[in-house]
Amino acid sequence: MQNIAPNIEAISGTKVAAGVKRVRIVRQLTLIIPAIVLFLLVLAAIFADLSWLGLPDVRLAPYDPVKISMSERFLPPFWAEEGSTAHILGTDNIGRDILSRVIYGSRISLSVSLLVIVITAGVGTVLGIIAGYLGGRTDGFLMRVTDVSLSFPPILLALLLAATMGPGYWTIVLALSILGWAPYARLIRGEALRLREEDFVGQARIIGASPIRIMVRHVFPNIINPLIIMMTLSVGMVILTEAALSYLGAGIPPPNPSWGNMVNDGRSYIDTAWWISTFPGVAIGLVVLSGNFMGDWLRDTMDPRLRQL
Amino acid sequence: MLFRTSMSTEEDIARIRANLGLDKPIYEQYWIFLSNALQGDLGESLVKDRPVTEMIWERLPNTLKLAVSSFLISMIAAFMLGVLGATRRDTFLDNGVKFIAILGQALPGFWVAIMAILVFSVYWQVLPPYGLGGPSHYVLPVVTMAFFLLPGMMRLVRSSMLDVLDSEYIKLARIKGLPERVVIWKHALRNALIAPLTVAGMIFAMLITGAVITEQVFAWPGVGRLSIEALVSRDFPVVQGITIMVAVVVLAINLLVDIAYAYIDPRIRYQQM
Repeated sequence: MQNIAPNIEAISGTKVAAGVKRVRIVRQLTLIIPAIVLFLLVLAAIFADLSWLGLPDVRLAPYDPVKISMSERFLPPFWAEEGSTAHILGTDNIGRDILSRVIYGSRISLSVSLLVIVITAGVGTVLGIIAGYLGGRTDGFLMRVTDVSLSFPPILLALLLAATMGPGYWTIVLALSILGWAPYARLIRGEALRLREEDFVGQARIIGASPIRIMVRHVFPNIINPLIIMMTLSVGMVILTEAALSYLGAGIPPPNPSWGNMVNDGRSYIDTAWWISTFPGVAIGLVVLSGNFMGDWLRDTMDPRLRQL
Repeated sequence: MLFRTSMSTEEDIARIRANLGLDKPIYEQYWIFLSNALQGDLGESLVKDRPVTEMIWERLPNTLKLAVSSFLISMIAAFMLGVLGATRRDTFLDNGVKFIAILGQALPGFWVAIMAILVFSVYWQVLPPYGLGGPSHYVLPVVTMAFFLLPGMMRLVRSSMLDVLDSEYIKLARIKGLPERVVIWKHALRNALIAPLTVAGMIFAMLITGAVITEQVFAWPGVGRLSIEALVSRDFPVVQGITIMVAVVVLAINLLVDIAYAYIDPRIRYQQM
């Protein structure tokens, strides 16, 4: 790179250099802005209140998210005519503060997606490495199971689980995890298959390292890049599915706020109180957008081979 | 009467158990289910006292109308925009299309659908918000569905077109002096078709088995809505029937896609395997 740049500059003046610089700045911004957005959201989720530190009165959210106030129903956001800064984003059909509910809702969305991604990535990586490295019948069997999992409609299965187990936090984590490992297993298996033929793995085998040792110490460290990229890229997917399930009523049961069920709450009042459904949707969009941008950035930086993901 | 109440007598309970076949051992129940299912009988709904197949057949045309129209629109648009994006890289058009794609992949479907209702049905009052009816009832569901099918497909077409446009035979076709139009739409697109075709097959299977969320938001009486209704009322034979239908449709479409590969790329020959 460095010995080409001066030549380009010499040929066409400083214009190219300025263009390159601008592209580089835009590229950095696609990392920095999403990182700030996600960081602020995580902070908001943690400091919504400090009851986990034994300080329930210290809170970032202006109100209790489940407190009903019948005298303050359907207040619009503060810039509207009847709005006030007491409820910055307005209130819903039973007078609950939308901003507080959005802040508390981030706890559900963020913690569910974190849990689900850790579980699915863990299971998918273990199965993928085993299938790719051992090959043969093990590979055949595990990949058929993966194919079956990939051909199931995830929303339908999640609804089925919610119907049988009853909606709740752990139902939704299970529902999203039960099929979510399959794409990881696919990707990691491909990587393990490639690494198996590498010289350093062969040499480890000659030294007499056990298959388990090779998988853990030699194959795994070399698949961390694609793994991290895929984990970041799936943040958006998981949050969208969680929200869809909550919207359909299979998620966190009311009155606890989650972004999906808030959109659902506002659906019946869409003709009179647009803000109830709008703000949680904007929050979902922001998080997913940030996750996707960070995933793209990581992929382009760490492993451009994975463009098709 | 189906559910146990305080009025139910022992005989009632025994009679219902016998009616539902629950008095037989599990393996016999499974055998009955399997032989009936293979003969096209998926049992009866617990709630509506009607055959499950009849309920699915009744809803299927509505789902198909929605599925086919949004599939066609989004796939045609995805191929046009994907090819344009690949041939006119980094132009204003390419960047604009990429921006819409990024939004389409980040916004929740049910939310965009509600916002569309808010803007077009409540605020401007130009389109009906839900239900079946004339052509205008199709606009909102089809467009919101296309908005979500489009981005992934478009990105896929764009990236596989870019791969193909780099290859030697495209250079050869250009050197031969073929018009650019022929090079792109005949030589390049045909070779870039394999990956998008696989995904298109999966998308279509998903659509036929019911776009659960779109049908729910727009109160569209299709298979997707039926599955939610059945799940909410715990009507398990109906859920089971829809799940079996999903499996059959996914298998059938994967087979059709495999066959289509051989037509698109004559190098793929199955009998040699």
